[in-house]
This record gives sequence, structure tokens and C-alpha cells, in this order.
Amino acid sequence: MNVPALSPAAPIRRRSRLTARKILGTSLIYLVLLAGLVIMLTPFAYMFGISFMPNIYILGTPPIFIPPHPTFDNYIQAWNGNSFGQAFFNSVTVATSATALNVILAASLAFAFARYRFPGRTVLYYTMLATMTVPSLVLIIPQFVLASHLHLTNSRTGLVLVYAAGMAFSVFLLRGFFEELPQELMDAASIDGCGVWRTFFRIALPLARPALAAATIFSFLGNWDEFTWAITSLNDQRLYTLPIAIQQFQSAHTTQWGIVFAASTIAVIPVMVVFLIFQRHFIRGVSAGAVKG
Amino acid sequence: MQVIQTIPNRGRMRRRKRAWREARRLLPIYALILPGLVLFAVWTIYPLLDALVMSFFDWNPNPAASSTFLGWDNYTKAFADPIFWQAFGNVIEYAVVTVPGQMILGLTVALLLDRKLAARGLFRVLYYLPVITSWVVVSFIFAYLFSSQGGLVNWLLGDNLHVIPDTTTWLGSTTLALPTLMVLGIWKGVGWNMVIFLAGLQSIPNDLYEVASVDGAGSWGRFRYITLPLLRPVVAFVTVMLVIGAFGAFIPMFILTQGGPEHSTETLMTYGYNNAFSSFDFGYGAAITYIFTAFVFALSLVQLKLLRTKIEY
Repeated sequence: MNVPALSPAAPIRRRSRLTARKILGTSLIYLVLLAGLVIMLTPFAYMFGISFMPNIYILGTPPIFIPPHPTFDNYIQAWNGNSFGQAFFNSVTVATSATALNVILAASLAFAFARYRFPGRTVLYYTMLATMTVPSLVLIIPQFVLASHLHLTNSRTGLVLVYAAGMAFSVFLLRGFFEELPQELMDAASIDGCGVWRTFFRIALPLARPALAAATIFSFLGNWDEFTWAITSLNDQRLYTLPIAIQQFQSAHTTQWGIVFAASTIAVIPVMVVFLIFQRHFIRGVSAGAVKG
Repeated sequence: MQVIQTIPNRGRMRRRKRAWREARRLLPIYALILPGLVLFAVWTIYPLLDALVMSFFDWNPNPAASSTFLGWDNYTKAFADPIFWQAFGNVIEYAVVTVPGQMILGLTVALLLDRKLAARGLFRVLYYLPVITSWVVVSFIFAYLFSSQGGLVNWLLGDNLHVIPDTTTWLGSTTLALPTLMVLGIWKGVGWNMVIFLAGLQSIPNDLYEVASVDGAGSWGRFRYITLPLLRPVVAFVTVMLVIGAFGAFIPMFILTQGGPEHSTETLMTYGYNNAFSSFDFGYGAAITYIFTAFVFALSLVQLKLLRTKIEY
């Protein structure tokens, strides 16, 4: 606080009034934030609560979310029905391979864009940026046609390739980071006889760990949640990923919300854990794009 | 650059040598970017061009059969199609409500959090949860909360506050389905806006606020004359991203309402998708999505022009 003390008598009363106002203001801020939080979290409370609720209590009046007789039945039914365990396994393998491919390829592009001059650099980079304005759905019709020519529909490889190809945002994010590496480092590497590849793998990548973490989380969350390409290109139930499996559950048991939400909770928990562990990197990554623009 | 005295016929040799050296410098760079570039070209650039070609054909999904060239027919068909215009209108409505809605709420939360608060990090993380949760999951949660029989919203607004009948059908009504999806869209997006605006706010130098305070600016004055102008680049970025997102909205419409009832939640995406994958009219589907892409791209450029000006401080 820098309230200037003008006369010896005045400051005490003035300061106490100021702190009272400040406390009031702060509590008001907390109140508004908490009210907002209730709205943000209520849907999750219902998802979570109802996943433990026996079916007879669901959609009763009043609509409670704390189950009176909690049960794991919904989880057992969800896990055993519709090859849900298989779907979980599919999601894990597809999302991790696609993420690994996406991040390493995006890093190589971003590094070249940031640190080297070569013909085509500007055109390529801006083309990539421009494709970020194209919603993925626009690509789905021609991607489906291409995938069926290459026999990549109904295949996990098809999912991995398409997910990994959506790398424009990772390139954008990582390029900003590579640009900030000091030039002296690059010069030193080249004096020591490091070529492009050695510089990339030995120097740039290890230094870029925080940015790579951000790109990895973004890519992973996107791949884990992806729905549209998966539902378009898959029709073999054994290949379904979690979002598809959940949607199938919902259409198969329209009124059995307990099972749908148990399945949803299983799908959401890994994402939340990943997010909570890496949230610092994550939030830095989100904002880096915006502020540097 | 070295300065070298050149004898004329040596110049050509030297030039060739330099070209050779340049090629040797470029080779490993191109080799490094090649795998990523190939993947990007095959699965993004080629499909974009292929969709353009498709949109001029009565396109036959069977590669053995030939497709008929139609010229602009798919496009003229779209412009004469009332459902296309309805979908277009829905998308505009959805964007006009959800884009400012998310921005205002996100900025409000960011402004409230932009100070020393206990649990600030916790608030930020919790407000962000809807953003990271799958559209499929949040769509079903909303379908549940907005159930006509025994849903939370009808219970709160109907049974307790009596502002609506307690059996209101939300997603099944031609007037209420789209607004319900808008609420979902805003709820899911507030956290993203908050994080971006918070980063923007934190990049504004603190001394500016102090100078303004000394000059007698109140908190509204500081917001109006410092925060808002300096946030302009961030606002530009957010607007462009949100408009793209709003225009590409698909999953909730696809899984909750299938564009219905009576096309009241049809978007260009659901309409294009269904034309391709339900009616197998790939050419028409591609044309619809292409009109939309061109529109969004042009809109993004205009927004950037309007909103982005260099700011010095």
C-alpha cells in the first residue's frame, strides 16, 4: 500500500476505512467467482454423482446428484458392455502414437522455420497458419475419400495419420519457442561442427522441453477427445475409441444415464489428471499463442 | 562476406561452387522438414484441393465409376437451397450469441482474477475444466440437465422459480434447441477466454496503471483507456479463433439434435456432412463446406484488418 501519510492524525482513520472497503471488495470478488464456479462445476457434479447412482433415483424430483445408495454397478456394466475396455485401449494407443508423431514432426518443422533461411520457408509457414482457419470438418469428406483409396478407413493407422497431420497449431506454438533461443547457442553449435540435425536433436530439442510439454498436452487432449474423424472412418466396433463408444452407449441405453455417465467419467478422468499435472505448462502454452500472436 | 578480386572466367566457377555449397547447406534442412511436410501435404493440402475439385462434380464415391462434371451446379444448387440458407442463418445466430457471450464472461473472470487472490490458480484450473472435456461428454451432460422430465434446469426454472413450465422440452423444440446449444457453447468456452485474457492482462506493464492512478483515473477510466486499447491484439486473436470455432460447431448438433427439429439447429457442417455421408452426394457436401471455408477465411482476414493495429507503449 502506498497511502501517503499527510498529517499525523488523519492516516489511521483513513487507512481503516480503506481496508474495510478493500475487504468488502475482495469478498465480493470471491462471491462472484464462486457463483461462476458453481455454474462451471455443476454439470461435472451431476456426471460424477449419477455415475454412482442406481437407476431408479435418476431424473427424480428434486434432481439430486449425491447418490443415496452409491453403487459401482454402472461402472461394471459400462466396462463390460460394448467392448468398452477395448475402446479404452484403442484410445490410449491411438492418442499416444498420434501425439508422439505430431509433436516430433511439428518440432522439426518449427525449428527449421525459426532458425534457418531456405526457399519456400515463408510460403510454407503461412500456408500452415492459414489451414488453422479451416475447421477440421471441411477436410473430412476428402480425407475419407483419400483414406478409402489407401485402405486406411476402419484402421487405427488411419486415425493416427490424420490426427498427427493436424500439426499446424503445434508448429505455431513451437516456432515461437525456437525463435527465442539465443543466436550464440546456434553459432557455438555450428562452430563445434554440429550440422542441422545434430543441432536439432542435441541442442534445440532438450532446451525446448517446456514448449514440447505444452504441445504434447494440447495434441494429446485433442486426439483423446477427437470424435468426428473417428466416427466417419470407423465402422468396426472393435476399433472404436472412447468418444464413439460413449455415443454408442447413449444411443443404445437412452434412459440409462448412470451407465453413460460412468463411461464418460472413465473417459474424462485421464484427461483431467493429465491436465492437473501439467496445467502450468498448458496454460503458458495457451497464452503464448495469443499474446505473441 | 569476403571480398575477393575476381578474374572473369574464374567467376563462373566460383558461382557454381557457391551454388553447390548452398545446395549442401539446404539439403539437411529440407531432409529435416520432409517427413512432416509430406504428412501435412497428403492429409491437409491435398484434401483441401481435392474438396475443391469434388465440389464441381456429381462426385461418385466408387473409384471404378466415373463422375460427371457439373461446373458451378453444386454451388448454384446451394444458393437456391432453403435448408442451406437456414443452416447459414443458424450458424450466424450461433456465432453472434456465443462469441461475445464467451468473450464478455471470460474477460470478466480474467479481470476478477487479475490481482493477488488466494486460490487464484485453483480458480483458473477449475474454470478451465470444461474446455478440456470432450464435446461428446459435455453434450450428454447438457442433454441430461436439460431433460424435459426431471432435468435440473426445468426443476430450477420451472418447479422453483415458475418462469417456465416444468415440462419444457429444450432440445426437442424448434425455438429452444439452438439457444440450449448456445448455452453449452458459452459454458464450454469461458475458461479458454479467461486464460487468454488473463495472459493479455498480465502483459500490460504495471507502471501504466500507476501513472493513470496518479493522474486521477478511476478503475473504469483505467479499464477504458488502458486495459481495453492494450488488449486489442488479444481481442483480435480471440475473436478470430472464436468465430472460426463457432462456425465449425458440429459435435453437439450432430449427436444431440441431428440438426433438428426441422433443421432449427442445422449448421453448414451438419448439412454438408449429412449430404456427403447420408445421401452420398459428396460433391454437394464438398461445395457446402467450401462456401463456408471461403466465408470464414475472408471473415478472418477482415477481422484481423479491422482489429489489429500496431500499438506502441
